[in-house]
Amino acid sequence: MRVGIVGYGAYIPRRRIRLGEIAAVWGADAATYERGLELHEKSVPASDEDTVTMSVTASRRALARAKIDPSSIGAVYVGSESHPYAVKPSGTIVAEALGATPAVHCADLEFACKAGSEGMFLAAALVKSGEVQHALAVGADTSQGAPGDALEYSAAAGAAAFIFGSSNLVATLEAQVSFMTDTPDFWRREYMRYPRHAGRFTGEPAYFKHTLGATRMLLEKTGLQPKDFAFAVFHQPNGKFPMRAGKLAGFRREQLEAGWLSPWLGNTYSGASPIGLTAILDQARPGDRILMVSYGSGAGSDGFVWTVTERIDEVRAAAPATRDQLDNGKLYVSYGTYAKLRGKIRMGE
Amino acid sequence: MRDVAIVGVGLSRWGEVWDASLRTLWTEAALAALDDAGLDRVDSITVGSMTPGLFVGQEHLGALLADELGMAGVPATRVESACASGGVALKVGFAEVAAGLADIVLVTGVEKMTDVSGDECTAALAAAADAELEVFYGATFPGLYAMMARAHMARWGTTREQLAMVAVKNHRHGALNPHAQYRQEITVKDVIEAAKVAEPLTILDCSPITDGAAALVLAEIGVARKLAKGRPIVRVAGVGQATDRIALQSRADLTTLPATTLAAQRAFKMADKGPADVHLAEVHDCFTIAEIVVVEALGLCKPGEGGCQASSGRTALGGELPVNPSGGLKSKGHPVGATGVAQAVEITTQLRGAAGKRQVKGARVGLTQNMGGTGASTVVHILEVAS
Repeated sequence: MRVGIVGYGAYIPRRRIRLGEIAAVWGADAATYERGLELHEKSVPASDEDTVTMSVTASRRALARAKIDPSSIGAVYVGSESHPYAVKPSGTIVAEALGATPAVHCADLEFACKAGSEGMFLAAALVKSGEVQHALAVGADTSQGAPGDALEYSAAAGAAAFIFGSSNLVATLEAQVSFMTDTPDFWRREYMRYPRHAGRFTGEPAYFKHTLGATRMLLEKTGLQPKDFAFAVFHQPNGKFPMRAGKLAGFRREQLEAGWLSPWLGNTYSGASPIGLTAILDQARPGDRILMVSYGSGAGSDGFVWTVTERIDEVRAAAPATRDQLDNGKLYVSYGTYAKLRGKIRMGE
Repeated sequence: MRDVAIVGVGLSRWGEVWDASLRTLWTEAALAALDDAGLDRVDSITVGSMTPGLFVGQEHLGALLADELGMAGVPATRVESACASGGVALKVGFAEVAAGLADIVLVTGVEKMTDVSGDECTAALAAAADAELEVFYGATFPGLYAMMARAHMARWGTTREQLAMVAVKNHRHGALNPHAQYRQEITVKDVIEAAKVAEPLTILDCSPITDGAAALVLAEIGVARKLAKGRPIVRVAGVGQATDRIALQSRADLTTLPATTLAAQRAFKMADKGPADVHLAEVHDCFTIAEIVVVEALGLCKPGEGGCQASSGRTALGGELPVNPSGGLKSKGHPVGATGVAQAVEITTQLRGAAGKRQVKGARVGLTQNMGGTGASTVVHILEVAS
């Protein structure tokens, strides 16, 4: 049975903070960060935006493109490392808001930055097994870096949602793989407010090993080569890593650019490569083949090969395009406003 | 005193070696040196390591590494003298052979630095400064060397570009060294425009954080002749060590390194040689300013002329007196405890004529200078091709 994406949607908050604004506060050299990380600005969630609200909006947009009855959604998976509640699922709120309850299986997923693609992996497999007709997978985050830490320059907010099914596909799933080892490069223990990371160890032995490992597995499994793809998108913790991974894997810049959002979006964690995929679907042509590889610290990568169908042209306009959300209507905030919005200011008792 | 020769050299992988621990790196270097010497037993082991306790929570390296090598039973000693630990480990090994305590000694150095964050690494290295008189007040090594650079610039007119040329030269050398951590060439502009660490020093004036190990096999000269297999025999002709006031603020002059001068005088005297006899040198360029002050302190140029040595090409490969043909600490990397041993590995390789693209032609006498802190410990070795 052919399975794949029936509808997709993205949500990017309007607020942005420039890297220079953050660097000035900490006395850091903005040019070094902009050049070194290829990052210029990042999205900031407003006080009424969190992982659940962004997930709901992205999912409603996916529903608008899928044009299905929400009660036919038999599974809802919300992947995030910034679920609003430590105990109480995000997924129940999302499923309720969409009208998918009560005949629905629901779980919140967590795997650092790859919780979103984990949900996609599971949703595709559940549909393929015939257990459910449609399944929703969301990757969303409002991630935080400790003030002044390198992560503060990249940790951003955004969401992407995908409804999986076996008919009326906009993109057929050709293959999916998972490449995972126990590699502790980034973590946050219970009661820790901000995550910790292992500096440069997060690069070569963590991000690159796993993204390139998953890419290799996908190419071996499908017998495809980089030139067979119209587009490729990799997890984007900053602007530099996904381009380097793509090039190391044998892709050209033109294949990577459509899904490369991080220089102006930041790292949306569980949303990163999923949002990149939505930007690609916004401009892909029927027959185009897309490679997507996520990365989550800890560490692992999920990889997918998609082929776009004729139906893409019918659904594209049914919801806001991802690039439009990224490029238009931006509201720049100061570090003071950013600190307030991110709860970094200690309030009175 | 018996004559001592270097009969084996070995290096581990150098760089950010994520998949190897301290013992693995050390064993790579030790086995390479033993293979190079054609030996499978030694009488004694010395290990130079600055602060494995702070870097990886491991002390007691002598027994640990003898055990790792399958040589439990052999006497093995860790030697510590901050960033000069490796050079002093070589001196200790030399003394054992020269005194007749051992015929064959495995001299090693190792540091595993990337298991901790950059901040923790800086703090660990700062333990080589005076904790009460310097570190307590916030001093770090980049800051201390930056003060030396400013003083040298003020006294001698040394320029920002001349500092940069040291890094440019050493990267050009390192680009020819398959063992170097950073093999890319850089420009003066790159150095000056790089992120500032402690003005006037930028990140490209500083040696990197490196995992790595180095090893030498020393033997009594008669044993060495039997092991030579046609290769030139490299003799340790001179050894000199000295100390200085540890805190920079206690010194009369920020632009000189008296311990380096003393150690060099002692080594030259023992070798019955002088600076003019040296064909190449490996010196402790932990920061660009260090190489400038060190070449002056060694007597390889006149005081105040250290700044123009790299920029004039005199200390570049092909110049009159190549300094740091390996790439130096700057490009080859600086696993602190291993550095002093690795300097002797490079000079030995050069004196054997086996340095490939970075070979200094006709090299028969080489010098190593390895120092700890802001130069409060220095050890100098003079190596020569034995006749």
